[in-house]
Amino acid sequence: MKENLYKYILGIADNSLILGQRMGALTGHGPSLETDIACTNISLDLFGQVRSYYQYAAKIAGDKRTEDDIAMLRQEREYLNVLLVEQPDTDFAYTMARQFLFDVYHFLFLTELQKSTDLTLSAIANKSIKEVSYHQRFSSDWIKRLGDGTEESHKRMQTAINDLWTYTDELFHQTDADKAMISEGIGVDVSKLKEAYYKKVSDILEESTLEVPESKYFQKGGKQGIHTEHMGYILAELQYMQRAYPNMEW
Amino acid sequence: MIEAEQNIDVKLIAILEKVSDPEIPVLSIMDMGVVRSAFIENGVVKVQITPTYSGCPAMDVIGDDIKAALKLAGFESEVELILAPAWTTDWITPRGRKALEDYGIAAPLGEEADKDVLLHGKRLVKCPQCGSTNTKMISQFGSTACKAQFQCNDCQEPFDYFKCLK
Ligand SMILES: [Zn+2]
Repeated sequence: MKENLYKYILGIADNSLILGQRMGALTGHGPSLETDIACTNISLDLFGQVRSYYQYAAKIAGDKRTEDDIAMLRQEREYLNVLLVEQPDTDFAYTMARQFLFDVYHFLFLTELQKSTDLTLSAIANKSIKEVSYHQRFSSDWIKRLGDGTEESHKRMQTAINDLWTYTDELFHQTDADKAMISEGIGVDVSKLKEAYYKKVSDILEESTLEVPESKYFQKGGKQGIHTEHMGYILAELQYMQRAYPNMEW
Repeated sequence: MIEAEQNIDVKLIAILEKVSDPEIPVLSIMDMGVVRSAFIENGVVKVQITPTYSGCPAMDVIGDDIKAALKLAGFESEVELILAPAWTTDWITPRGRKALEDYGIAAPLGEEADKDVLLHGKRLVKCPQCGSTNTKMISQFGSTACKAQFQCNDCQEPFDYFKCLK
């Protein structure tokens, strides 16, 4: 089995899985019906993308593992998503700030992944980027709406941005699988996306009358499977059915 | 880039046209543009379909419906889901667009007009009920991932707009 490619695919897919799970958990809890539907549609897009990645990963694994096994039956340390996507919905400003900080990265990442020499990955990227451009538009609008809204909404959005900022640097860390895949022309060199990312994010924050955090203190670990305390709770819910009723289907 | 050519055996067109999109029953999957190829190989029909959106839950049903329709016509078949080239709203046929409008869903505008509408709030989307373009967007995401929610300022009817995907 191509170990590096397998891990590389999981690294991409797990971000979308965990963020999709976070957004899906808002079903019935969105601040308005339209926003609720938007959040769950974003979740659905992410899960759709995840299926394509895990199906491919299952093929690479070449054993009896299915896409569902990969999604549902790993231990916490085996999930390779960045810490950003697992952060909780403290309030709606956090939900949108998390989405926005990931969407800007996601769009830049997929733009590059489209050029991958791996035709499956480039096809998934080509398909997903159209959806992600809508996500980015949606979350950016909320940054502006809350940032440039009332005193209260501005304060809350600034707090969310300041707090989540600490998880942004990890997006640009290269893993060993990354390095191996870059050398084969398959992977994206995420370190090269950093400048464009902070430029785009800063532009939108400024447009939203928000301050760009100056903190240089960053958290990392997710890409190595070392997660924040929130991850266990997410997995407990995500994996509940498969753990309670192993191999169940519907 | 892979060329977006459709390769469908003429003998199969009428059969596949009877299969409809489970979420928009008036629309045939052929008019939707999701069938990318269909041909007979050693007596078995091989069909390739492509999803509108990645998370489209209708794809599994569409696959099953295609097999059932072909079986009824006396064919065994295999259905494969392909991702490249990615589906675009340009592949909806003129007949498909008409079916959408008749069903109460505004058909996608072109890419530029779509941006004007979704980003700049321009009033270009035509209300499928009364034909007025005095309409406003309520939400970028509608009842399914492929649609946005609109409302007509003249007749007040809410309706779905099929978002442009390119
Ligand atoms: Zn009207």
